[in-house]
Amino acid sequence: MQVTFTHHQSAHCENGVASNLLKNNGLNISEPMVFGIGSGLFFVYLPFIKVNYAPAISYRTLPGQIFNKVAARLNLKIKRQKFSSVVNANKALDENLKNNIPTGLQVGVYNLSYFPDEYRFHFNAHNLVVYGKTDKDYLISDPVMETVTTLTHEELDKVRFAKGAFAPRGQMYYPIQIPKDVDLKSAIIKGIKNTCRDMLAPMPIVGVRGIKFVSKQIRKWPIKHGTKKANHYLAQMVRMQEEIGTGGGGFRFIYAAFLQEASVILGNEELKELSKEMTKIGDSWRDFAVEASRIYKNRSAKEDAYNTIANELLDIANREEIFFKKLKKAIS
Amino acid sequence: MEKDKVPQDTSNLTKNNVKELLYATDENGNYTTTLSTGWEPKTIALSNSIDEINERIAEAKQQVLNGEVSPISYYMEVNKMDLTILSSYVGMWKWRVKRHFKPAIFAKLSDSILKKYADAFNISISELKNFKTD
Repeated sequence: MQVTFTHHQSAHCENGVASNLLKNNGLNISEPMVFGIGSGLFFVYLPFIKVNYAPAISYRTLPGQIFNKVAARLNLKIKRQKFSSVVNANKALDENLKNNIPTGLQVGVYNLSYFPDEYRFHFNAHNLVVYGKTDKDYLISDPVMETVTTLTHEELDKVRFAKGAFAPRGQMYYPIQIPKDVDLKSAIIKGIKNTCRDMLAPMPIVGVRGIKFVSKQIRKWPIKHGTKKANHYLAQMVRMQEEIGTGGGGFRFIYAAFLQEASVILGNEELKELSKEMTKIGDSWRDFAVEASRIYKNRSAKEDAYNTIANELLDIANREEIFFKKLKKAIS
Repeated sequence: MEKDKVPQDTSNLTKNNVKELLYATDENGNYTTTLSTGWEPKTIALSNSIDEINERIAEAKQQVLNGEVSPISYYMEVNKMDLTILSSYVGMWKWRVKRHFKPAIFAKLSDSILKKYADAFNISISELKNFKTD
């Protein structure tokens, strides 16, 4: 049993699944467009939550939000279902495949056998598409992989019912209604406004202010926690920032690509300039990662080194503050 | 980032022949996509956390051998779990799981409880009970 489905690799899983599912339903929308309209760019620092024994920093919105926002802004209807029993979850998925519907799933990463071992952590907000089934396997289109792949029936049960934070509970989703003509222009503007609001939010742990807050904390890490822990925190931060396209530089480049596309659709030259500026900010995020990696590579934590990267991060935050203020003006 | 500056470092992805997709600009400054085999700062960050995990595993193993904790604590580390994740896999309160870390309590656990742990760790009950030292 196999459904017609074209796999496109993407930089980030949720954008990718959304874009792939929509393309498959005849709505040709790129990954950056999904990311921009769905306001995927975000920042929040949650020092009271620990992930892998380090404070949580998220560069993204909650799982599912990007696609939900895209749907609301383009007037699409998506069906989402969660399950309490494995049997029912399988039945619903098989039913969908029978009806020729490729289906998006939220899954845990830990049991994805096609990932390299080192990447298999208990992270539950990954997304993929199931587009077919054989006697022992499900046919999988995982947007961060170059080509399609498979998981055995047992493996798919495990990843759908992974436990812990953001447990997917078998969640599956698929578009059920797509209008013939979508109003990209208004959706783009809504998406941009939403991102500006998030990034300029007057809350100390969110957006630009959140980045500044982290910069302040980094200075204290080696004194407060000692070299080893400080290095661990920093390494975790870089992983959350740059791993498989979920934050920092990677996200800035997708956003810059979105602004470039948006400038053509809206006929707004200013957005093109802002796209270039965002690219530069993305480069600075990557420079920050390089500097940070020097610290935890040498395992020597001079206070100085921590101050240097904290300054770098502060500079990024200041530039993003100016950037999002300009962006807000450019579309109003 | 310009397309020709996209790093192609060896990484943990290389051996599985996995490449990640990146957005980068072409010679005219327009965005396009390109593939990357890896990037050193990320590889170091990842191996840093792998080292961290291996240290925790070694430490837990020694503690089991010293009779300070039960094998549950060791297998939790092997499976990259923490208390929160383990307790949600076995469907028990955290304090209860923590209690099962005590060797004396662990020795008295029923097979049905042990099975929950064994399933979460993807091993058999006898593997869980008879801790191997190798």
